[in-house]
Amino acid sequence: MKSFVLNDFIVERDDRRCIRCQVCVRQCSFEVHRYDAELDQVLADEEKCVGCQRCATFCPTHALTIRSSPREFRANANWRPELLMDIKRQAESGGVLLTGMGNDKPFRVYFDHLLLNASQVTNPSLDPLREPMEVRTYLGAKPARLRYENGRITGDMPPQIQLETPIMFSAMSYGAITYNAQLALMQAAQELGTLCNTGEGGWHPDFRKFRDHVTVQVASGRFGIDQDYLNQAAMVEIKIGQGAKPGIGGHLPGEKVTPLVARTRMIPAGTDAISPAPQHDIYSIEDLSALIYALKEATGYEKPVAVKIAAVHNAAAIASGIVRAGADVVVIDGVRGGTGAAPKAIRDHVGIPAELALAAVDRRLRQEGIRNRASLVVAGGIRCSADVFKALALGADAVYIGTAALVAMGCTLCQQCYTGKCAWGITSARPDLAKRLNPDIATRRVVNLVRAWTREIKEMLGGMGINAVESLRENRLQLRAVGLEDWEMDVLGVKGAGM
Amino acid sequence: MKDLERAANPFGDDKILANCGIFGMMNCDGRRSGGQDIIKAMANMHDRGNGLGGGYAAYGIYPEHAEDYCLHIMFESEDARRHAEEFLHHWFQVALTEPIPTRRVAGVLQVPLLWRYFVRVPSLEAGGRPGADAGPSAGGAQPHEAPGAAGTGSEGAGGVSRPDADDYVVARVMEINTTVDGAFVFSSGRNMGVFKGVGHAEDIGEFYRLDEYDAYLWTGHSRFPTNTQAWWGGAHPFSILDWTVVHNGELSSYGANRAFLEMYGYYCSMHTDTEVLAYAVDLLMRRHQLPVQAMAAVLAAPLWQDIDRMPPQERQNHTLLRQVYGGLLMNGPFAIVVAHGGEMVGLRDRIGLRPLVAAVRGSTLYLASEEAPIRLVAPELDAVWQARGGVPVVGSLERGILEGSQPVPTSGLDRGQVARAVGMH
Repeated sequence: MKSFVLNDFIVERDDRRCIRCQVCVRQCSFEVHRYDAELDQVLADEEKCVGCQRCATFCPTHALTIRSSPREFRANANWRPELLMDIKRQAESGGVLLTGMGNDKPFRVYFDHLLLNASQVTNPSLDPLREPMEVRTYLGAKPARLRYENGRITGDMPPQIQLETPIMFSAMSYGAITYNAQLALMQAAQELGTLCNTGEGGWHPDFRKFRDHVTVQVASGRFGIDQDYLNQAAMVEIKIGQGAKPGIGGHLPGEKVTPLVARTRMIPAGTDAISPAPQHDIYSIEDLSALIYALKEATGYEKPVAVKIAAVHNAAAIASGIVRAGADVVVIDGVRGGTGAAPKAIRDHVGIPAELALAAVDRRLRQEGIRNRASLVVAGGIRCSADVFKALALGADAVYIGTAALVAMGCTLCQQCYTGKCAWGITSARPDLAKRLNPDIATRRVVNLVRAWTREIKEMLGGMGINAVESLRENRLQLRAVGLEDWEMDVLGVKGAGM
Repeated sequence: MKDLERAANPFGDDKILANCGIFGMMNCDGRRSGGQDIIKAMANMHDRGNGLGGGYAAYGIYPEHAEDYCLHIMFESEDARRHAEEFLHHWFQVALTEPIPTRRVAGVLQVPLLWRYFVRVPSLEAGGRPGADAGPSAGGAQPHEAPGAAGTGSEGAGGVSRPDADDYVVARVMEINTTVDGAFVFSSGRNMGVFKGVGHAEDIGEFYRLDEYDAYLWTGHSRFPTNTQAWWGGAHPFSILDWTVVHNGELSSYGANRAFLEMYGYYCSMHTDTEVLAYAVDLLMRRHQLPVQAMAAVLAAPLWQDIDRMPPQERQNHTLLRQVYGGLLMNGPFAIVVAHGGEMVGLRDRIGLRPLVAAVRGSTLYLASEEAPIRLVAPELDAVWQARGGVPVVGSLERGILEGSQPVPTSGLDRGQVARAVGMH
């Protein structure tokens, strides 16, 4: 069948600059570029180009420009070119369209409609270069009160995790990302004093040395879980859902289950690794409670147990149930959260924005008087330090970043993670591609990013005259909205600018 | 005051900004003295206020009614007074009803009706209602009367335990303030009183004839609000039971503090930093029974870099306090004087952005925004110093004067007299 799908990208090569070094040929994992010795020219199969910009980045003479193809049909505000192409692809394949990374549709990004406050006259702003600025954060359930006797402060304190910055790395499994990528995240978490999440792909023996900085995930596939897996980690996270694909499970094809992946997941090499859509021992809130306490029993009540859900319509009521079921940490993953592979229809249309879900959950827990009984972590669409800052003001104790950390390593959001061909060595299945990512350089990049964001957070805190992050949490008075409807401001609990 | 929000915050601001002058003096031997000194001190700090609010708290002033709760109530109308009195007679045994004595002062205008009620909590077993009204016939509490014998037991009238009686009074005060139109309770402690209004602090002191009261502990406040209309209830001190707070500062953490306090049932209807401070103190010290030092360690927490270097027990105490009460960290410049029966506490923000001067003369502790007003009333001082950020300065009938948990040496503290005072307060 002749394909009617037009190119996504155009490859422009400036022949006066091209020195025929063929770096592009070697770098492109999608085999766009090829060298024709007879013509002494580098040619391009543009229909294969995914726009990852690997070739343009590495071209030593900047001879390459990769541009979006205009794909100009008769103008139609309703039938956008993307929809036409999707229909043609499905007409040719009959299959579910797959994609990677987070929702790329122009739903309102609430972070971009919130502005921050600063001190003027009645209180001084603080200079983080001269004054201490505290961003240390403790995750875990807190008792409602403490007691004092004979010089000792006492209380029933559940286990706490100390974070030196309120930014953690979200769940990305070994398998979804490469060995080197996960190694880089764990090294970065250790250096930064924060946590890295294994995802549900097990916990490689080489990475056990980062135990104080690792959250292990218990998801529907239950891959790689044993007594040590739970007890060696700093925190255990039950994954109910994920922002990129709420209600959907996972499927790692057998060809990606290499001996190393197989060993880590504790499954036979070459077999498909299926994560069912639900956890088949959790069909209700009381089942969740049973699992939470089973994990607490297994870990001697020494580890916080987190429960991660996708942000869905009644997230507030669900979160309340999760807290009452005994979770120490609730994680809300918004509609823009990333993934290694998801059906495009699901990724782009299921779930609600993290900002709205976070605000609603925080308010509900406070109204019910149980906000202290769990920490709140938000994920899905944190793109910069200001997003982190606004999330904290909306009530988050900490945030997860995934996409941003991968972008720091090199990712350009070409959305091809599921193909195993990642040219940047981040999600690649092929060893020759996977080895492109130098874990030490990747660690450096990720550490630099989080340090830079943390510095920016301190600058913003100082501008408000605040020197400890706990005075920002739930401090929605430090936010003002621009360009939002009344109902949106109600949900966010913020006033309009000028009010 | 049915619509507290509108009365306190007519423009609907996030909160009311106010900068101020504060003063506190406490005779830690229990000796009582008249209000003329603190009026003089507040006059000296005239320029720290703008005439839109002044007030005082005085402790030990009603010794012959020491076991009764004294409610100071302001009314917008006689109707409001009638409704409030019906409420009081329904819920309390009212031992004495009388107008609060005042005199005409040029700078004090638009005076509401000001009455005080000495009330007892009825036995809760009797259905939560008094059997009979003691009525306003018993002799009034006159300033300058000799201290009478006062009970020291922990039982209130009708066999109600003190914590229960306290909670009962708090609930009724909140009820009046939120449901009785035109009435506002601005003082509800025992053997103490809050006196406040719109005007310069020294005028308010003259207006309430504070020179005619004798107290072992005085605090005062002059106010410089930047965004509020004059409202008598909005002046400092803020109080509940015998806890009072006078405050100078601006909290950037207000939103976080308010959210935290909502978890414990405090609804911040007045939209001021001072209100969240008062509730925080109430939660930590009265409800959670934490000592002054722990309260200070929450409101003005030490830095983690310092906590991490503390000896193990101290480190654990501070770590727990910050983990659990982090939402009550008061971030931004503040200086406060908190008082309750037998104790006065001065505290500055954790990095010392707002001034608070402490001074000692004999057994008297002074706290003020500036040194000048202290020197004016006590020219010779044994010691004077800037309070350190986050380190409480405490005056106590039981423990003398302390900085943090270290005693400050005092001359002329007569232990026998202290013992009598402790029994009295």
